[in-house]
Amino acid sequence: MNKMKELWKRVTGFSLLFPLVCLVIVLVVNLIKTPDFFKISMNNGVLYGYVIDILNRSSELIILAVGMTLVVAASGGTDISVGAVSAVAGAVCIYSLIGGASSSVYRIPYVLAIVLGILAGTACGAFNGFLVAKLHIQPMVATLILFTAGRGMAQVLTQGFILYVRKESFKFLGNFLPGVPIPTPIFIATIVVVLTFLILKKTSLGLYIQSVGVNRKASRLVGLNSSLIIFLAYVFSGFCAGIAGMIITSRVYSIDANNAGLNIELDAILAVAIGGNSLGGGKFSLAGSVIGAITIQALTTSLYAMKVTADQLPVYKAVVVIIIVALQSPIVKRWMKNIKQKLASSRNGKKVEA
Amino acid sequence: MMNENKPLLTMRHITKTFPGVKALSNVDFTLRAGEIHALMGENGAGKSTLIKVLTGVEEMETGEIYLEGIDHPIINRSPQEAQAIGISTVYQEINLCPNLSVAENIYIGREPKKFGRIDWKTMNKKSSELLKNLNIMIDVTKPLSNFSVAIQQMVAIARAVDISSKVLILDEPTSSLDEQEVEKLFLVMRKLKESGIGIIFVTHFLEQVYKICDRITVLRNGCLVGEYETEKLPSVELVELMIGKEIEDLAKLSKEENDEENNEKKEIVIDAKGLGHTGTIHPFDLKIHKGEVIGLSGLLGSGRSELARAIYGADKPDQGELYFKEKKLQINTPLDALKSGMAYLPENRKEEGIIEDLSVRENIIIALQARRGMFKVISRKEQEEFADKFIDLLQIKTSSRDVPVKQLSGGNQQKVILGRWLLTNPDFLILDEPTRGIDVGTKTEIQKLVLKFSEEGKTILFISSEIDEMLRVCNKIAVLRDRKKVSELKGDQLSQSNIMKAIAGGDTKDE
Repeated sequence: MNKMKELWKRVTGFSLLFPLVCLVIVLVVNLIKTPDFFKISMNNGVLYGYVIDILNRSSELIILAVGMTLVVAASGGTDISVGAVSAVAGAVCIYSLIGGASSSVYRIPYVLAIVLGILAGTACGAFNGFLVAKLHIQPMVATLILFTAGRGMAQVLTQGFILYVRKESFKFLGNFLPGVPIPTPIFIATIVVVLTFLILKKTSLGLYIQSVGVNRKASRLVGLNSSLIIFLAYVFSGFCAGIAGMIITSRVYSIDANNAGLNIELDAILAVAIGGNSLGGGKFSLAGSVIGAITIQALTTSLYAMKVTADQLPVYKAVVVIIIVALQSPIVKRWMKNIKQKLASSRNGKKVEA
Repeated sequence: MMNENKPLLTMRHITKTFPGVKALSNVDFTLRAGEIHALMGENGAGKSTLIKVLTGVEEMETGEIYLEGIDHPIINRSPQEAQAIGISTVYQEINLCPNLSVAENIYIGREPKKFGRIDWKTMNKKSSELLKNLNIMIDVTKPLSNFSVAIQQMVAIARAVDISSKVLILDEPTSSLDEQEVEKLFLVMRKLKESGIGIIFVTHFLEQVYKICDRITVLRNGCLVGEYETEKLPSVELVELMIGKEIEDLAKLSKEENDEENNEKKEIVIDAKGLGHTGTIHPFDLKIHKGEVIGLSGLLGSGRSELARAIYGADKPDQGELYFKEKKLQINTPLDALKSGMAYLPENRKEEGIIEDLSVRENIIIALQARRGMFKVISRKEQEEFADKFIDLLQIKTSSRDVPVKQLSGGNQQKVILGRWLLTNPDFLILDEPTRGIDVGTKTEIQKLVLKFSEEGKTILFISSEIDEMLRVCNKIAVLRDRKKVSELKGDQLSQSNIMKAIAGGDTKDE
């Protein structure tokens, strides 16, 4: 009995429990509504199925959520420019690759173009970081600049056209590598998550970020370079946005500066919140944000599977998100605790009577 | 005559547990109208918890609270509810909005209105008058953050006093006031007492208790020790009741008489030449020898903390030179100071000391980790060893090394920060008000530690508002006035009256 209690305590004390439960509920509802939800089939040498689709489609979101998690933790603010920055990165990549018109000829090696694209994203992150960490501009305002100007910059490169890359190799990153049945974005997202996790684990950066996020002044006095750490978090977020931009453009082998990564920053922030992270900064869980990102995509995909149309989707999504976020609020948690206590005491009362 | 007064507030059998700690068990407390009642006890004795239960910040598990005029037990679920029935509080840490004006702070949530809009004129006028009653003449339209901590504290008190109250709780109100300001506060307290308000006064300053309180309730380890009339309880007995064992008399604690000449020959650890930071401290010269404990004395705002901050690089000095162990040191950030062997325990524990959401363990190792750099991670096992070592050495009361440090009482938080710095094994340790808001027992412990470090050859810069304490631990005291270092006292010159004279200087000025 005691062992059970201890186990229960450990399970309920596990901070990722709630995000995981949310994800599981979404999946279970799917299973009931769409019985072949978990079916995975092989077609033309690649895997198909809702689950694969969810993981594939959530890759960009996972990558952005990882960067967003660190930004939120270190600065207590959000980077709302990541969607626009990924469009900038995509535009830089494609423009340097084929120039100002759709083409099937590479001007420079493909790998170099990718590096340039990611560098562009990182530079945008550095700009944001400079504004927030050095000039102490509020994160929302600082990143609002690129949020609005970023797509304009991308437009300058593409001159308002949608540029297509008509070459098979350009599709590898966002679709499938020849002979590999699993979509490439899943690999990229996994690598980003694992590498970030290892960096945080193997250096004390994770502790530094939390410390600065909790108390910037005190952190400075114990010898941490608070500004540098916040700066780095934004640079990293820009880097992640750059990678996401590569996947987004490769998926559709084109850059549409107006629509690439549109509104994805909001999903990234949401992923961080659903993962149980405080948007006020400080303590964070990378795994939570990843689960959050998958939950959001699972929700979207399953709503599509239930034949909800694209224009109605946001309504249903909003309802579910409100429920998930409300359940995590401390007030609701306290209500639940009170109800539980009342139930327990009334049960005890009955026992005494008996 | 006080005895005949009817109880104003009665608390019976109050019990409250926190994870792993029984904060209050079966505590009774009675407050009579028109009395000032001291609530005394060591850190973690349960004073703050009792206050929090009374004001609805925490929920009690069992127990009853009665307030005069209400014929049923009261349960406060929030400080607002407590305030509505006449229980107001001024907390140890100032809970006001620094970015709002003084007047806004006083009337926030109950602004005078005219045609549904805030009546600024009335609000400013009333605030001015209110503060005038406390002998504070300031521009109430200026942001609160423009004023010293002491003034901010007084504003908090003015606010609480103004909200009509039967019971006024003052939780460590004097810990950031200098003596004149304390006197002013006492005048106000006596006035309030005459008008029939019951005041609960939580403090660590024994002499203040004897100056102003009618009655004392002592708590220890969450239990009630007893209620006493101040007149009938000598201070030595009071301290014994609080500590629960006979402690060495504070007065007996005294430094080994350092041979002055001997000291002068020792290595110079700190040698500041014309060091200054524009706007906070005028250029000063200061020499500190190895193993010395040097005190900085002066009124609040005289520049004592600012001098220390300039040496540590918390405010980067913009004039002069600093030699550390006879080598010129260019300090741009606190990290430079830390790396060369300095440590700095800041004055404001909540804002600059603790990193509240991180665990006790993380709070202890963070400075060492910062010093080692990002890539030399202290392993989890080492971290736990370090944390346990200092929890044990400094007797930090915590249910585990992994609880967030914000769950600890103030004194224990201070010990955690002390542990953080000791772990870096500094040669030069700056302690800015290390004993503020800390009980007598811990205070003595910290003073003893300071003397021990100096014996071990560490050099210490000690800042305290209490001259007694400074005389007990310091070999040399530098006095500051109006952001200038004005004199240095050592050897036979070290006496209360000499320091007072130096602090006061030619002219005494109010804030």
